[in-house]
Amino acid sequence: MRNLRVLTIGGYISYRALFGWLRPTMYVLTLLIPSLTQLCFFVYLGRAAHVENDAFFVAGNALVAAATPSLFGMSHAIAGERYTQTLSLLIVSPANRVVLFLGRSLPAIVNGIVVSVWTLGIAAAIFGVHIPLGALAPLALTIGLSAFSCVGLGLFNASLGLRWRETAVLGNVFLYLLLLFAGINIPLDRLPGWMATLAQGLPLTHGARACRALVGGASFGQVGGLLAAEAVVAVTYTVLGLATLRYFEVEARRGAALEVA
Amino acid sequence: MTTLKPPIARVMRAGFVLHFKMLSRSPFDLYVVLASPIIFATLAYFLFTAGKGGANLVVAAVASGVMGIWSSTTAQGAGALQSQRRLGILEILVASPTPFWAVVLPITVAIAGIGVYSLVTGLVYVRLLFGVHIAIHDWLPFLAAVPATIGSIGALGFLFTSALVRFRTAFMIGNVFEWPVWMICGLLIPVTVLPAWLQPVSWLFAPTWGMRALRAATLGAGSPWVDIAMCGVLSIGYLIAGAVFLRLFLRSARASATLSLS
Repeated sequence: MRNLRVLTIGGYISYRALFGWLRPTMYVLTLLIPSLTQLCFFVYLGRAAHVENDAFFVAGNALVAAATPSLFGMSHAIAGERYTQTLSLLIVSPANRVVLFLGRSLPAIVNGIVVSVWTLGIAAAIFGVHIPLGALAPLALTIGLSAFSCVGLGLFNASLGLRWRETAVLGNVFLYLLLLFAGINIPLDRLPGWMATLAQGLPLTHGARACRALVGGASFGQVGGLLAAEAVVAVTYTVLGLATLRYFEVEARRGAALEVA
Repeated sequence: MTTLKPPIARVMRAGFVLHFKMLSRSPFDLYVVLASPIIFATLAYFLFTAGKGGANLVVAAVASGVMGIWSSTTAQGAGALQSQRRLGILEILVASPTPFWAVVLPITVAIAGIGVYSLVTGLVYVRLLFGVHIAIHDWLPFLAAVPATIGSIGALGFLFTSALVRFRTAFMIGNVFEWPVWMICGLLIPVTVLPAWLQPVSWLFAPTWGMRALRAATLGAGSPWVDIAMCGVLSIGYLIAGAVFLRLFLRSARASATLSLS
């Protein structure tokens, strides 16, 4: 019962406390509008390069829209605690670490889904990308899994925040790596073989392919394998993030460097 | 009693040098200016050239450098005064005899100025990784266009800073302009691809004319000196508008004693 309370209520309270965009105006200006303008940039870039079609960039970048709140929201779970000088209190608490940080992940996943759905819906309307009605439910699952895998990567980024202060820089590095190498804006067949292989282990690679296929009229059964792969990536990064959180916590305690990293 | 006249030129020079040095040591700011050319030059390489090099990649490298300058301006320029507020020195700077615009302008120009790392990084990156021969058709206008571009974008950053000085979240508001300006100013995306109504909008932004000057000098097509002149004209407009905004908001903040609270 206590773990359930830490997971749900604790995660919700911490997200509200550290979430810098509670005012609707700020949320619109910093999350909703930039995700849309970023998508528009890549659609027009694709047109200029005569690569693929608008649907390719709309589907991919709508999923990347989940990455921004996931990466930076999760890293702020640590950086924000350090800024408010509550990080030591959090680490010294007896709360189960897995439950504690998964609880902080849940609101980030929901936020990622909201931004992604907004971006996909508005962009589809702007660029005339038709989304079949039958694809809506599988798309919702695709977006949810993609947000989950981005949060997993965000959890890993947050763990690095226990060791290094510059989580904002790291978050941006991860975001741009996804933009470049996850098949979001550059078709995988244009990348060198080793890059395309590495992309299979990145969040959003399989989700983006599934999203494009669904928008193109594929059935749920046809993208099931891709969604399963995305789920495996999500779980892998989440486990990696939790493991590195534990490792850096022990290292920080040993070196008394928690607040000064 | 003699009123001391502050040496404006010395204040601005010292401010620029100090802030340029500080920004050059900031990991976040260096990331902003170094990552943009690498990311977008790579994008251009795989999208436009399908993995082959060419003269277009030199222009793309220059464009990604200008994108880095703009990125630095939006990331830090809009919130430049927020940094001073957080350090607790904003009131001192406002109350000093030196005109406040002479304090702010070097900061925003320095923020745009570290974008020179962006330009150099883009060109070195495409040369080393993609083997592109860096051939600039007209070096004189190219070298003249670099400070003109940086100066005009810095002046636009001054306008942002002045207009957003009353907002605590100014840097977040500044970030809203990052992708739209990258999109409409003819950097990596030719304006002919965009809806026609966006082209006049792009004329209001300094990166448009800076990029035109750099592209014209690189390819030997167009009129770089006219574009450089437009950078100068826009800079004057930004400075006038920014000074007006600054005067208005500071007067309001002084009257309501909210300079450190907004």
